[in-house]
Amino acid sequence: MTITPRAMGVAVDRFDGAAKVRGEARYAYEQPVDRPLYLYPLTAAVATGRIADIDCGAASAEPGVVAVLTYRNATRTAAIEDGELRILQSDEVAFRGQFIGGVVAETSEIARHAVSLVRVDYEERPHDVELREGRGDLRVPREVQPIFPMDTAEGDVDAALASAPVRVDQTYTTAWNNHNPIEPHTTIATWTGDRFTFYLSTQGVNGIQAAVAALFELGPDRVRVISPYVGGAFGSKARPHADVVLAALAARLVPDRPVKFALTRQQMFSQVGYRPPTVQRVRLGADAGGRLVALAHESIEPTSKLQEFAEHSTRATPTMYAAPNRRTRQRLAALDVPTPTIMRAPGEASGMFALESAMDEMAIACGLDPIEFRIRNDAQRHPHFGLPFSSRNLVACLREGARRFGWDGRDPTPGIRRTAGWLVGTGVAAATYPVLRLPGSMATIRVGPDERYTVLIAAADIGTGTWTALSQVAADALGVRVEQIDLRIGDTAYPKASNEGGSSGITSWGSAICEAADRLRDELARHGGAVPADGLEVTAAMPENPHISRYAMHAFGAQFAEVRVHAEIGEVRVRRQLGVFAVGRVVNPKTARSQLLGGMTMGLSMALHEQSVFDPRFAQVVTQDLATYHIASNADVGAVEVHWIDEDDPYVNPMGTKGVGEIGIVGAAAAIANAVHHATGVRVRDLPITLDKLLPAA
Amino acid sequence: MVDVEVSLRVDGTDHRLTVDTRTSVLDALRERLGNTSPKKGCDHGQCGACTVLLDGRRVNSCLALAVAHDGATVVTAAGLAPAGQLHPMQACFIRHDAFQCGYCTPGQIVSAVAMLAEAAAGWPSAVTADGAGRGGGAVVLDDDEIRERMSGNLCRCAAYANIVPAVAEMARR
Repeated sequence: MTITPRAMGVAVDRFDGAAKVRGEARYAYEQPVDRPLYLYPLTAAVATGRIADIDCGAASAEPGVVAVLTYRNATRTAAIEDGELRILQSDEVAFRGQFIGGVVAETSEIARHAVSLVRVDYEERPHDVELREGRGDLRVPREVQPIFPMDTAEGDVDAALASAPVRVDQTYTTAWNNHNPIEPHTTIATWTGDRFTFYLSTQGVNGIQAAVAALFELGPDRVRVISPYVGGAFGSKARPHADVVLAALAARLVPDRPVKFALTRQQMFSQVGYRPPTVQRVRLGADAGGRLVALAHESIEPTSKLQEFAEHSTRATPTMYAAPNRRTRQRLAALDVPTPTIMRAPGEASGMFALESAMDEMAIACGLDPIEFRIRNDAQRHPHFGLPFSSRNLVACLREGARRFGWDGRDPTPGIRRTAGWLVGTGVAAATYPVLRLPGSMATIRVGPDERYTVLIAAADIGTGTWTALSQVAADALGVRVEQIDLRIGDTAYPKASNEGGSSGITSWGSAICEAADRLRDELARHGGAVPADGLEVTAAMPENPHISRYAMHAFGAQFAEVRVHAEIGEVRVRRQLGVFAVGRVVNPKTARSQLLGGMTMGLSMALHEQSVFDPRFAQVVTQDLATYHIASNADVGAVEVHWIDEDDPYVNPMGTKGVGEIGIVGAAAAIANAVHHATGVRVRDLPITLDKLLPAA
Repeated sequence: MVDVEVSLRVDGTDHRLTVDTRTSVLDALRERLGNTSPKKGCDHGQCGACTVLLDGRRVNSCLALAVAHDGATVVTAAGLAPAGQLHPMQACFIRHDAFQCGYCTPGQIVSAVAMLAEAAAGWPSAVTADGAGRGGGAVVLDDDEIRERMSGNLCRCAAYANIVPAVAEMARR
């Protein structure tokens, strides 16, 4: 059943705005606690090997040092599967920068200095960190989302390619990217009696609770996790990482004293995951009429030896275009590196750079306008699942975007528009992201005779505007005004919630709230329609969606970019980005627009700036700060327009929403790369598009 | 370790405190005085989240040692307007949704307030045309001027295209 939008669809200022602009919203590390101690980590100075000896004498003797933590005195944790969380359990070193200890002291200055006094001797082993196609140990990763298989195949791709009159066969590479939320990962951990309390910056308090409970073999009721505000995340704060474990191990050494731990910006490059680099080969075959007859997309990527993660770069490909012969292949190499993780639109962001660059190349090879070429190959039913789409408005997005951007009359000839020493070009790319729902969310609703509704769910607001948008959902689920809603999130004291991630938040949490609202209505009816003096309370779990087996559910979009490339030095400036999206119902146009805008700008940053430079000799990222790992700054961004089309999808969930956090980045880098080609005639297939790759054009 | 006593006037209130000579102004504010309005993003002068007005000028407070600023006046985003009220720049940021997670926001806002004063005083930026702003005349803040002058404050949520009109609205007043 669907709910009637009254509060949904209204552009509301975010509820936490006043607290944030004054800086009075208190993030995890800023929670007032009594007599805090400060933790600074000791990190491995070799890529692989073992610790031969640790001398903590000088550090322990330093005034103000309360404890020095190493594998010798750390609590033994349970042998859980996630090797990334297995720290300080032996003398083994798995990657350079891995936590091997820490100092707990009365001030952060003392802790940091004391760590420099710890002497560690290692027995170093050779490391294996090079990703290349010829490796004999490439393997098929486990599925990330069960419904999307890692390898797909239909028809005879090789034969169709061999006989296709027009072919594209290219390799595209994307860079190692780090999330770099401006708030680093922060924790305050306290061990009191037999339980932990954490203030922590996370996309999911229940995931942290489960991991700590498993590691320390505690009942979940003895692990409380509170995450009041989150200063950005983008995936790095989705899964628990070793920083949480180190803070917990430190807290065990100093009972009743809160231990404060914030990663430095440098440590953010090795401790909290990253988008792994990819090497992707795309082969397309088309007939003389510009219709795809074959489509093959293969990707190889690194993971760590500690824990598998796959950036499912080929995931979107079987959703996008109708081609009778198709193949996708995904391969991983396990290396002596930190563990990668999800980063904004994991899979789609990197994969659609490759596919949508190749589609541009194929449109040119076919002599077709790239929008017309995509429309000709639009899929009517899901090519892999064979299901109808619950709604699919890719073509509408392309047409609406073309109209707004001023695409008509575009001369496809590359390298011929020049103004004041700059070459000008425009590009387009498609975007898509699946409508995901994550299991496990529950919601409680309480109502009193004052007709105020308290809605409890351990959801997260990582800047997405959950507080505001989910209150709007709750108001419509209950058929009341949004002012009557008191939404409480970010605490394991509330009913459990799935992670904020995969654009699944509103779908998962909102569905649970709608179910609870239905139950509350039933309860009210049993009480004759009046709220009793002591109020009513119901709790409900997210129900199954019966439409999932009948429809393929995906959001779509179209990305446009206008770039200028300096003819002498190859500098790229993005003058204009325009995105049109089909994302179902938009709950809060104000905050949703900001999410799409942020995604598009992060896409610009991925296209032009972001690259964690990995030095294989030392097995580490050497660009460990925000000067050498540049993220888009204000001056890098031009005009950005965000639009969406009206899309009424009754199948996705009771709200009709598809999620807006991920899709903004998808295709943005391809649109820019395609515009750079249009401007210069140079096809850059290797992100980021830096000046050196364009110098032949100048 | 050496401790010294310093005086700081923060958001209108005088404080006398003992700090480690290694303590930055940022850590003195956050860990000693409980003023967490300025944020720690990089502790390195690269992100701008810790921006405060130090004796009237915007600075990265992570790069200033407290011991070197005895007697200084500090204004954070929490002190731009009286308690419970908003500075007009803060209201513009809310109206334009010029932030998402809010972590860089206090720094952005302090920076924007200082930047308007710098332009009004005729200080040129890297994109100011030669000769403009000279002789005490104000620099006209078009979008490119705002982008350039606000580029010391990184926003990973990438609200830049909302920050520019928020600041432009204030600049027009």
